[in-house]
Amino acid sequence: MDFLDYAQLTTGQKISYKIKSFFTGIPGAIAAIFAAIGRFFKGIFTWIGKGIGGYGSRFAKGDAGTKASYLIMGAGNILHGQIGKGLCFLAVEVAYFMFMINFGWSYITKIYGMNVQVDDNTIVSGVIGTQPPIYDVDPLFGAKTVTNLDTLDDSNKVLLFFVMTIIVSIAFFAVYITNTKSAFATQEIIAEGKKPIGFIDELKMFLDERFHVTMLIIPVLGLLVFTVLPIIFTIFMAFTNYDKEHQPPGNMYWWVGFKNFADVFYSNPDKSATFGKILVWTLVWAVFATFTNYIFGIILALMINKKEIKFKAFWRTMFVVTAAVPQFVTLLICKLLLADGGPINTTLMSMGMNAIPFLSNADYARVTVIVVNMWVGIPYTMLITSGLLMNIPEDLYESARIDGANAFQQFTKITFPYIFFVTTPYLITTFVGNINNFNVIYFLTGGGPSPASYYKAGQTDLLVTWLYKLTTVSSDFNLAAVIGIIVFVICAAGSLITFNMSKASKNEEEFS
Amino acid sequence: MTNTSSMQTGYAAKKKAVNTLIYVILSIMVLIWIFPIVWLVLASFSGDGITTGLVPTKFTFDNYIRLAQDHDKDGHVYAPEDMPFPYFKWILNTFIVAVLSCVISTLIILMVSYAFSRLRFKSRKTFLNLGLILGMFPGFMSMAATYNIMEIFGLKQNLFALVIVYSAGAGLGYQVAKGFFDTIPRSLDEAAKIDGATRNQIFWIIILPLSKPIIVYTALTTFIGPWADYIFVSYFMKDNSDSYTIALGLYRMIGQETMNEYFTVFCAGAVLIAIPITILFVIMQRFYVAGVTGGAVKG
Repeated sequence: MDFLDYAQLTTGQKISYKIKSFFTGIPGAIAAIFAAIGRFFKGIFTWIGKGIGGYGSRFAKGDAGTKASYLIMGAGNILHGQIGKGLCFLAVEVAYFMFMINFGWSYITKIYGMNVQVDDNTIVSGVIGTQPPIYDVDPLFGAKTVTNLDTLDDSNKVLLFFVMTIIVSIAFFAVYITNTKSAFATQEIIAEGKKPIGFIDELKMFLDERFHVTMLIIPVLGLLVFTVLPIIFTIFMAFTNYDKEHQPPGNMYWWVGFKNFADVFYSNPDKSATFGKILVWTLVWAVFATFTNYIFGIILALMINKKEIKFKAFWRTMFVVTAAVPQFVTLLICKLLLADGGPINTTLMSMGMNAIPFLSNADYARVTVIVVNMWVGIPYTMLITSGLLMNIPEDLYESARIDGANAFQQFTKITFPYIFFVTTPYLITTFVGNINNFNVIYFLTGGGPSPASYYKAGQTDLLVTWLYKLTTVSSDFNLAAVIGIIVFVICAAGSLITFNMSKASKNEEEFS
Repeated sequence: MTNTSSMQTGYAAKKKAVNTLIYVILSIMVLIWIFPIVWLVLASFSGDGITTGLVPTKFTFDNYIRLAQDHDKDGHVYAPEDMPFPYFKWILNTFIVAVLSCVISTLIILMVSYAFSRLRFKSRKTFLNLGLILGMFPGFMSMAATYNIMEIFGLKQNLFALVIVYSAGAGLGYQVAKGFFDTIPRSLDEAAKIDGATRNQIFWIIILPLSKPIIVYTALTTFIGPWADYIFVSYFMKDNSDSYTIALGLYRMIGQETMNEYFTVFCAGAVLIAIPITILFVIMQRFYVAGVTGGAVKG
């Protein structure tokens, strides 16, 4: 069906066509994702294949210097006259081996401790660390103290330094490959009868041809140490039993495979029931929170921007001011206003009405958080769509009026398609943002009400607030890591599917 | 003739009715939106203690005074170092963290976005995709791991740990600034290149002076961030209330045990902190809109 056919349908047919094409589009979008993942891995394997091929062929074609640099880094550069660069490579190699001998290697050997006696009567394989803590038991009170704090293996440190060693090794490997390439490149330059570039000139390239390296090195290092390293560490935690029973340094934790994932999905009734309910509520919340804000925000923007409405700046400023007050302040105020004995309920009761359990009854609380979220979010949507409304070319409306379109038709045929087209990426980010919306839930209800059937959570908890509670309150780090991975998968899949589908439907809805 | 004019008056009347309706709806909405904030301001001047009414019966400045010079229930004034809720200490903490992380994050964001926007290099696409993937992990998922790392660096319960956390992640927030750099005509770079300028010189001499709006925007957003963050501070600082920043401190003020005594003081503290942030936000809102929609309009 092309756009002309589509335009001739009645509104009802259009809606059913849209719904149908949405659902028929899902398998295609999912297939596209798997195809993309497939391409990704294919790309990686070809890249590795090419790398190995190049590595071999450079060695075969290389002269003595190039061949030497396969063992002694920088040898090729030094023999070809690039002494400064060669020495840098050599220094990297020396530093790496010093690091591995003095530090890194021991953590690689400790990452899977065999037959470690973790307490008086348990011997486990796959422990993270090999030196268990030794306890001194007070004969009178039975209090345990660790006597070998300096020599025991702290599972946290072992795992962290293991990840660090892996990252350093990957970085070293990259430098090593660069070294062989560089040696071969200078060899070829000399074979052509030219002089290889000098060290100072090469350094100057970092201000020009290689300026991107200069610009990115510090941010990338920061991300590696404080974002990538913790994320990998956390992903590994999901496969261990690092919970409140296994807290280093007094206790060790060990690898348990996919047990935590099994717990969350089916094998532990407490955790899997909680997870199921929280997952459903997270998705319901994200859909409602996103679309209520979106639709009412657009309506508000339309009202303020209607041509005949005066004091536009005043109306806009009033809403912007409420959005500007820090969220934790406004949300805590809303929580106090809506509390069971709070001002609103007191006023209701003094007027002879019943108090409403805004936050203490699960069903009411779920509605309340969505409504309060509208209070928080509508000004933002209004701000963003206001700017867009002014961008719609006026002649579109003019020609629509000449053709006899009324205000409602102008909205459905011009305004809404335009805004929807331009804000699709914004809609995706808001949806992902709402799945991760910590503030509204945590400050309003704290996740509550919390019946005993929920494992460390309450009926308005989202996956991320549950994650927060598992980390801060109950120290179930392994479970928290599993939840984090699941949230990542949901966000990634959600954005990929919407992205693919909006790309697919773009031709039909092209608006210009 | 008469027919048309009556149609016109009918049309005008309908239009007028619609507009009146819109005014009514807007007024009601403004009231709903402003109500909690007005109530916050009123409560901050309330002499009633914790209020259950909508309007306080007694007005006082005591709540504001107690932020600086606190006293207990019997009116004994605390020594400055014994204050249970050292509000201005928290403000100072937050200010230090905000200034440092603002400077570092702004530099990092400008560097990353310039590199991705105006430089072309082999692994550019790979880096962009990796950044996208990293950004999809929940921000505080690896909080416990980061805490362990800070502990190893000797930064346990230290304000610098917060500076590092806020600014190290800044490298992923390059989209808005990149969108801005994308709009600067490339012919400027090329002209400079022909004149013999290096890319380094182009960045400092040509691009940066043109980028004042985006520098202001980036600096403001990164400065505001620490004032509103609760998650990381609450996990990193635990019970060390001397190192709290303002969001966590205010939150603790209305914990279960202190709620009744400190509720109106909390309101006063919230008002004081909200005023400057609101002003900053109103200044930067136009950049915010351009940033969020800028990339989309270009498709």
